[in-house]
Amino acid sequence: MSGHSQSASGSAVNLTRWINRTVIYGLLVFFAIVYLMPLFVMVVTSFKTMDEIQSGNMLALPQSPTIEPWLKAWGEVCVGLTCAGIKGYFWNSIKMVVPAVVISTVMGALNGYVLTKWRFPGHTLVFGLMLFACFIPFQSVLLPMATILGNLGRFGNSLEDTIGTSLGFGNPTENLVIVHVIYGLGFTTLFFRNFYEAFPSELVKAAQVDGAGFFQIFRRIMLPNSLPIIVVTVIYQFTNIWNDFLFASAYAGTGDAMPMTVALNNIVNTSTGVVEYNVNMASAMIAALPTLLVYIVAGRYFVRGLMAGAVKG
Amino acid sequence: MNTIATTDPLKTRSRQRSTLRGKLQDALPQIVLAPSFLLTIVFVYGFIVWTGYLSLTNSKTFPSYAITGTRAYERLWRWTLESDPPSSWYTSITNMGIFGSLYIGICLALGLLLAILLDQKIRGEGVLRPIFLYPMALSFIVTGVAWKWFLDPGLGLEQTLHHMGWTSFHFDWIKNKDFVIYTVVIAGVWQASGFVMAMFLAGLRGIDGEIMKAAQIDGASSFQLYRRIIIPLLRPIFLSAFIVLAHMAIKSYDLVVALTSGGPGGSAWLPSNFMYEYTFKRNEMAVGSASAIIMLMTISAIIVPYLYSELKEKAR
Repeated sequence: MSGHSQSASGSAVNLTRWINRTVIYGLLVFFAIVYLMPLFVMVVTSFKTMDEIQSGNMLALPQSPTIEPWLKAWGEVCVGLTCAGIKGYFWNSIKMVVPAVVISTVMGALNGYVLTKWRFPGHTLVFGLMLFACFIPFQSVLLPMATILGNLGRFGNSLEDTIGTSLGFGNPTENLVIVHVIYGLGFTTLFFRNFYEAFPSELVKAAQVDGAGFFQIFRRIMLPNSLPIIVVTVIYQFTNIWNDFLFASAYAGTGDAMPMTVALNNIVNTSTGVVEYNVNMASAMIAALPTLLVYIVAGRYFVRGLMAGAVKG
Repeated sequence: MNTIATTDPLKTRSRQRSTLRGKLQDALPQIVLAPSFLLTIVFVYGFIVWTGYLSLTNSKTFPSYAITGTRAYERLWRWTLESDPPSSWYTSITNMGIFGSLYIGICLALGLLLAILLDQKIRGEGVLRPIFLYPMALSFIVTGVAWKWFLDPGLGLEQTLHHMGWTSFHFDWIKNKDFVIYTVVIAGVWQASGFVMAMFLAGLRGIDGEIMKAAQIDGASSFQLYRRIIIPLLRPIFLSAFIVLAHMAIKSYDLVVALTSGGPGGSAWLPSNFMYEYTFKRNEMAVGSASAIIMLMTISAIIVPYLYSELKEKAR
């Protein structure tokens, strides 16, 4: 008798467990579909012809897949009055992102090293001031920066007149590199500081006793152990700078120097001519691919590193 | 220190040089840090003061540097009370209230739910996690383009459901001036909730398994376990996530531009859009600067106490 009741309660437990599992998986799959939907729609639309888009269902797979929209987006689509595709703007973004990421990461690493291993009176205040800079709305520095960059441009022009070269002063891409380095410093310093905080100071002290200098310790001891935080910083800076729109539209909003995001916005929000949705979606995909790739390849390290470093709680 | 006693000039010189070099060596860390610190002081704090100064002038298209008083702030204050018909500023700050509270609230709730679901020792976590997280990698412009298409009544969801036979379905929020801000919430939540999930998931994984076991032995149901024990333990993560989301909400600008182009008649504006439009398009530089300062003050009221307590705790 007791055996019978036990097996009955056992099957009841199994049933509730089964229901629980079904609900959990059901919810997860539902949310996964919702999260994937916009990307799915973007991808299928970018491979459809315009006829199919106007007549058909946005969720349907393309009946006659074509890469024409991608080719057109890359090489022919009009941005403003120039119809040479987005390839030029794609390279503008690359030319802006690579130096800005490298410079801000190197500076952040050195700052983090100083703020943890070579502390001086007032180091907390210095760090606090740099940290607060991460959170300011950039609207509060937008105008003065525009004025300074305008002056740099005039200086470049007068250099051009007198010595024949502007030495890069006033070049919009270089301006954006400067802007992104300055306003990225807070983040890169934060990442490296939190990471180096947990790095054993005894190793640094021992190296000092052995006569190693400031840069030697950095190069031989800190850097070889910094890979996780370098990955985090590079991904963070890369996505942030690649995706920036505010600075890009304020300081390079017109002309040939536009970064990818501004060009994409111009393509999509243009009011002239027939709207080619497939080309728009292909352009958006091209703009999204570099950061998506970075996330897919290194995303797990990013989250792990970010949790260990930035959000200690 | 004790160089005074030496008489040999050569020796003195070498000693002086070595102390000079020694001093340089000692100061090297500060010298390395100095450029970054100076850049921050000038380009962040100096520029904030500069913007604050401009907000007290009469600047229109070009900056003018004669202080004329708090007229820009008085105008903003007048507009704050101007609700019928709503002024652009009234629309911007009400939108900020709606967007900010829904965006933060839903991201926290959804992020926590997804993290708890993923933490149930399920199969395929490695596949699901990146699916929730990938929108974070996209630019707001791309997100805006995707959702603009998806929410467009003539092309997206509404049209698709009509095709499937549900012809009475009606969803035109993106073209409706009273509802357009909620479409910004939808796209914003889609983009950021995965990141909040990752934060909560890391928090859940950090909780000591013994605590859960003890509670289960005491007969606590799963629901009670989460409500009474686990969620209170995640408090610090709630705080971190709140700070991250709050500053992202106040900074939001691109999403409104790409998704709605500002909405019908500027009905989707946030204060950041207000600032940009007034400064660069409507030639009201002083008003634009004043709105930027108000944004900064709002965010400082949240961030400064947080940073202060964080840094104080770390210093201890």
